[in-house]
Amino acid sequence: MVAEKSIVTQQLMESLQKQSSKIAFIPDNEIVSAIRQLEEKGVPNNKHEDYKYCNIESYIRREFKTLSQSFTTIETKDLAAFKLDDAVNLVVLNGHYSADLSEKIIAKGITVKALNEIDTSEKALIATQAKSASDSLIALNTVFCGNGLFFKVDKNNAIPMPVHIIYLNNNTAPSLSNSRSFIHMEANAELTLVESFINIGTDKLFSNYVSEKLLDENAKLTCYTFQNEGSLSYSVHTNQVKINKYANYSNSTFTLSGELVRNNHNIELADSNCEAHLNGLFITKGTQLVDNHTLIDHQMPNCESNELYKGIADGKSIGVFNGKIFVRKDAQKTNAYQSSKNILMSDDATINTKPQLEIYADDVKCSHGTSTGKIDTDALFYLKARGIGEENARKLLLQAFAQELIDKIEVDSLKERVLNLFEKTL
Amino acid sequence: MISIKNLHASIGEKEILRGINLEVKAGEVHAIMGPNGSGKSTLSSVLAGREDYDVTEGEVIFNGKNLLDLSTEDRAREGLFLAFQYPIEIPGVSNINFLRTALNEIRTYHGQEEMAAKDFLALVKEKQKLVELDVKLTNRSVNEGFSGGEKKRNEIFQMAMLNPKLAILDETDSGLDIDALRIVAQGVNALKSKDNATILITHYQRLLDYIVPDFVHILYQGRIVKSGGKELALELEAKGYDDIKAQFENSES
Repeated sequence: MVAEKSIVTQQLMESLQKQSSKIAFIPDNEIVSAIRQLEEKGVPNNKHEDYKYCNIESYIRREFKTLSQSFTTIETKDLAAFKLDDAVNLVVLNGHYSADLSEKIIAKGITVKALNEIDTSEKALIATQAKSASDSLIALNTVFCGNGLFFKVDKNNAIPMPVHIIYLNNNTAPSLSNSRSFIHMEANAELTLVESFINIGTDKLFSNYVSEKLLDENAKLTCYTFQNEGSLSYSVHTNQVKINKYANYSNSTFTLSGELVRNNHNIELADSNCEAHLNGLFITKGTQLVDNHTLIDHQMPNCESNELYKGIADGKSIGVFNGKIFVRKDAQKTNAYQSSKNILMSDDATINTKPQLEIYADDVKCSHGTSTGKIDTDALFYLKARGIGEENARKLLLQAFAQELIDKIEVDSLKERVLNLFEKTL
Repeated sequence: MISIKNLHASIGEKEILRGINLEVKAGEVHAIMGPNGSGKSTLSSVLAGREDYDVTEGEVIFNGKNLLDLSTEDRAREGLFLAFQYPIEIPGVSNINFLRTALNEIRTYHGQEEMAAKDFLALVKEKQKLVELDVKLTNRSVNEGFSGGEKKRNEIFQMAMLNPKLAILDETDSGLDIDALRIVAQGVNALKSKDNATILITHYQRLLDYIVPDFVHILYQGRIVKSGGKELALELEAKGYDDIKAQFENSES
């Protein structure tokens, strides 16, 4: 049975087909599968279980009367504000990797190139993690993505300096961008990677990101996701990670702005003795919706996963944490922990938090906990009783709440940036 | 210093303070004693500005200002300090950062410049000696994981740092062993001057052996039913609260 394709999806496909050229770096069968997914399922709406509270179709219908791909460039000097001075800065502009805007990497053992420059063996990796059939937004990206970034650390190389990918969009009319990247960590490779998501356009933007990450045996990838996309931005971020034996992946997401931010972290612990750490901090106000979906799939024994998400919601905003953990029948001796803590700053703000554990192995340690409440009035009174004004007292308490996550940042310039923006946003 | 006239306060429907009158002058130490439930802690909370209570009648003049019109933070900035019976633990906020923020907000309120970091640290060093507070504790989160005695000493340390005009010590002696009590009392005595005043709220006479009050008031059922000199506390210690209860039992309640 073919479900009726929505008008939104149809319009989207028509408008994009005119503008996009053939994408050579994605295998044909995956493109076919992506088109089929879009034809049959369409852009997710509230009828899709995973998007029940994040109706992408209705956002597009409501916020975008037209959707074009009207983008312009950025001057090198204007990039300075988004760079990190203790990292090597790479730029993906309007969905396309820009070698001109990126800094040169002199360290050995790193491959950086545009997706249309990858060789046959590299091409064989693309779309092995992010499957169009699992999510229409992956499909949309697969069919229409720009000439994104391929990044690889060769085996046995530990890269001493953090690498910072700036995904920057500069649109001049209501637009859609589809950015794609592939990060490959070969065996025993080590890297600290910061991914910043910034929009400087003058009109509304729907951005649909897909990043595939593959960690070979004993690789270590420490990631930070910095989202400060602004109030004209509606974005979906799919982060598709496969972790092999003894490998260690961690990511901390800091969401500081964006009218709609949907994060899909899909983490596959594909072999034994590997680790995944997922952290997140978001602060929302106004009518923002920040929706964090994490899926941690324990497939093999002796693996560990940890999750800590914290949210602060003010105004009429909505914050979501939906954390799914699968422990498959072969995944004995799994340790999986999950915690979600939230503060509601107003009566009209909403936090939805939903842990989902599906455990098919019998010798595992899994726990989850969640709490949502208002700011601690006793603590507030205590601070005020020492002469600290209401506003500063609240700030001190919210900073204290967030500090645990900000302290996880080991890239100093990023830590400072997050801290400053966090304080300004409070 | 502070003049409390006919102060009535309720929590929900329940009236707890039923006409308190109290006058405290600079240089004086007043003790307020009373059995459990007499309204001692309510009085300190109302003076500090806790919003759980409704003041239904009366006025409080503090250094010429109508205290009840001021926010909690402005009361503190005007020089009112409440040492909490149960100090709050605030994980993630360091004691030092907390105190520096407080001190500088008070200074800004009085039109003074913020204190330089060096001077602030020198002040911390000086004042923590007063209550024998471990340096490690001043760098930790506010009261987090502190023992009962450490929390109370931290209250007096904060008082020393902020140098209030009027300090209200709410059951500061509760839960203290004799050594901690001595240290706390030493701190309070050292901070006493002719320009400031102290109100001690306590259940027991014990604290008053260490901090000698000029006046003792007995609070019962939301009113001060008896006032006197320090000998009143001794009398109370000898006879207990039963006498007071029998004498002043309120038919309404």
